Amino acid sequence: MDQNRSAVAHLLRRAGFGASGAEIDAAAKAGYEATVTALLAPTGADPGAAATPLPGFPAMKVPKKGSAQSDYQMVGWWLARMAAVTQPLVEKRTFFFHGHFATSIQKVASPGYMVQQNQTMRTLGGGDFAALAHAIVRDPAMMLWLDSAGNTLKAPNENLARELMELFTLGVGNYTEDDVRAGARALTGWRLDGNGKATLVPKLHDDTPKTILGRTADFDDTSFVDWILQQPASPKFVTGRFWDRFGMPGPIPADVSGRLLAAYGPNRDVTELLRALFLDPVFQGPQARYALVKQPTEYVVGVLRALKIKVDASADSKDNQALRTALNGLGQLPFYPPNVGGWPEGTAWLTTAASQTRFAFAQWAVAKGDLSQVQNSSPSQRIDAVAHLLGVDAFTDRSTAALNEVVAEPAQLVTLALLAPEYLVN
Amino acid sequence: MDTVTRRRFLELSGVMSTGAFAAACSSSHGHPAAAPALTPGGPTTSGAQLGAAAQHSPLTPGQGVVVLVTLYGGNDGLNTVIPYADPAYHDSRPDLAYTAADVLDLGDGLGFNPAMTGLHELWQRKLCAVVRGVGYPQPNHSHFVSMDIWQTATPGEPTGSGWLGRWLDAQPDDQIRALKAISVGGTLPPLLGGTKTAGSSLPIGQFRLPRPGPLDNGFMALGQPSAQDSTLAAYASRDVADLFTVAKTFSPALASASTTAGKASGKTAGKGAGTAKTAAGGAAKAAKTSALAQQLDIVAECINASVPTRVYSVSLGGFDTHSAEKGTQSQLWGEVDKAVVDFQNAIAAGPHGKNVVTVLYTEFGRRVKANANEGTDHGTAGPVLVVGEPVNGGFYGEQPSLTDLDDGDLKFNTDFRSVYATLLDKVLGADPAQVLGQDQPRLAFL
Repeated sequence: MDQNRSAVAHLLRRAGFGASGAEIDAAAKAGYEATVTALLAPTGADPGAAATPLPGFPAMKVPKKGSAQSDYQMVGWWLARMAAVTQPLVEKRTFFFHGHFATSIQKVASPGYMVQQNQTMRTLGGGDFAALAHAIVRDPAMMLWLDSAGNTLKAPNENLARELMELFTLGVGNYTEDDVRAGARALTGWRLDGNGKATLVPKLHDDTPKTILGRTADFDDTSFVDWILQQPASPKFVTGRFWDRFGMPGPIPADVSGRLLAAYGPNRDVTELLRALFLDPVFQGPQARYALVKQPTEYVVGVLRALKIKVDASADSKDNQALRTALNGLGQLPFYPPNVGGWPEGTAWLTTAASQTRFAFAQWAVAKGDLSQVQNSSPSQRIDAVAHLLGVDAFTDRSTAALNEVVAEPAQLVTLALLAPEYLVN
Repeated sequence: MDTVTRRRFLELSGVMSTGAFAAACSSSHGHPAAAPALTPGGPTTSGAQLGAAAQHSPLTPGQGVVVLVTLYGGNDGLNTVIPYADPAYHDSRPDLAYTAADVLDLGDGLGFNPAMTGLHELWQRKLCAVVRGVGYPQPNHSHFVSMDIWQTATPGEPTGSGWLGRWLDAQPDDQIRALKAISVGGTLPPLLGGTKTAGSSLPIGQFRLPRPGPLDNGFMALGQPSAQDSTLAAYASRDVADLFTVAKTFSPALASASTTAGKASGKTAGKGAGTAKTAAGGAAKAAKTSALAQQLDIVAECINASVPTRVYSVSLGGFDTHSAEKGTQSQLWGEVDKAVVDFQNAIAAGPHGKNVVTVLYTEFGRRVKANANEGTDHGTAGPVLVVGEPVNGGFYGEQPSLTDLDDGDLKFNTDFRSVYATLLDKVLGADPAQVLGQDQPRLAFL
């Protein structure tokens, strides 16, 4: 097997949602480093993004009753966007941040706020992590999700202060319970006004000195976030999270950590962090290859892209419903993380129940998708054709034998290929 | 069709991620990554044999079954088993407190949340035990760490395996082991992941596999192991094999659950997350059917069909009530109450009703004092409820003091591993020391 080609295919799976054989060939020709650059700094506007504009839901708290339809549209819209873009890393990174600052519409109830947060993660996701962290603390969806809207000095609410340190910036073990309580006081006084704007009500804000992580000062939300991000634990935590989801699960190897920390640097540059990650020899090496399981959203979007399925995300669309059914069954509906910790990873996705859902989804996708590449190949070449269509390096002998059972039927052949173990890993 | 058993496979592949909660803090928590060392061999079995074994080794009369109900988010124990007679309770949370007139009295100055009418009836029939003040030393206030502690039963040192996963590890390595621990829903909770094996999961809704023919043959063939597979691809392949095994064993029960649920609560229940006909309307309707009720319907049908499963895991989230707690929590308990009582009624009529013990737990209770949003922050000890025909109803453990607090939090007095040890010993007939590392005192609720 062509090592350069399979390394580029690995890169395109991790930095995007996979690629067809033709796209892999083109990227391999351009070279690995040039592909990294193109992914991180794409030139020109993305026609796929332009074709899937943000749904114009009002950014305000809406009653739960009327929001079911916009909720369906919202999920369908993001999947359509992820399937349509030509610059996939933007969406992949946004999806990462959606799991990092995991917020669920279940409690927020407003599709408008959720889309607004989603867009904040998209526009700020490639820059200084601090800018994003500051924006998230005053993000309406987050303020409702972790109850900082309405947090007052009389009885501070610890929800946001705790998760900000535990899950967003520092990690467990890098702060104390006293820091949580003092942090909650720093975040007091915030309200959401009727237009979804975060406003500080000074008389509800605790402006007395607080001791947080060893320093005593009149912390407010801004200085609290700045101070957390200055802790040595923070860059380690943030780079470790990226490595865990884009690189390999488990603790980050010390040498990799050193390189990622250097790239992230004092400016907390997410794009430079990702560049270092994709160029890292461990990332490119054998240990990281297929070390992740495709998350359900990655899998579903990968299939939509491979089979050129154009998602209709309009209100009442059947696509919205079918995709929602699939992602529910697989356990990962975007905008519905199970809790503030985000989604699980690895073998948690490989359950008997998910296997059943994947089969039903593959049948739906094949009925809608473009199979011409496989249909136009002679039976003896069809297994190679489907590998090329899906960007699979190579099928094992086991899967080749299984695919041979249905080689006469292109639709069944593609269905099975979408279920092949080789296609489920990343 | 030769396939290694799930246990053997996991042994070979270095096993199991620890799932959602561990994943949330994996960078700091240091859970082991899969480190494969493939060696050939091991006992083999086939899907057909496995299905047959399940039919030929049904749950026998007298074999105990544990149904674990995990309440995610940290349920407020003080507004579940309410110390309504204690003035300190009312002083700490005036806007959240229930009065003597509100609660369903249990005696001892305690009462159930008003939403728990069905459970209160079970209490009166002595079929419901309340273990008070359950927790562990040096309580952790992180959802993810604390739930990890409860699910792995290792308060000191985090381990990568769940307590019932380790019980599964210790089961005979026979054909039905893959069926002995089941969770209902898409992903597997960490508590069912062992060091050598893991439980299986059932979909909400029925298994729908291809009819016999080339597609079916091909799909089944993807479940064959291949030496060329990466570790995770091998796991995925194993999962396909398990799908056929589990589908074969559980399909009759699932079909039945689907019909009963459909009858009981309109059209949406049995169809689960799947096939609602109109987008928005269907979703709204499905949302009204309690997710927990759907899961427990399936469990009841499986038990009544005598499938050889000894442990079931179901769950409900949403208990993280930092704001507007009173309404949210009582609504959730209304759902739990109805789902558990309906479940209890469904199995009471079946062949195993006398042997099923249902346990409700959460990762921590909440702070005694309310916060500014009429909610409560993360706390510590809380009650564990145990329900079923074999249960000796009543109170166990001491009610924690509301004035002798640990930095605003309740002090625990019953270690949660005592609850586990009692279940392992009395329901599963297992040696608690083997599963929990050390033995723990039994409680008399069984």
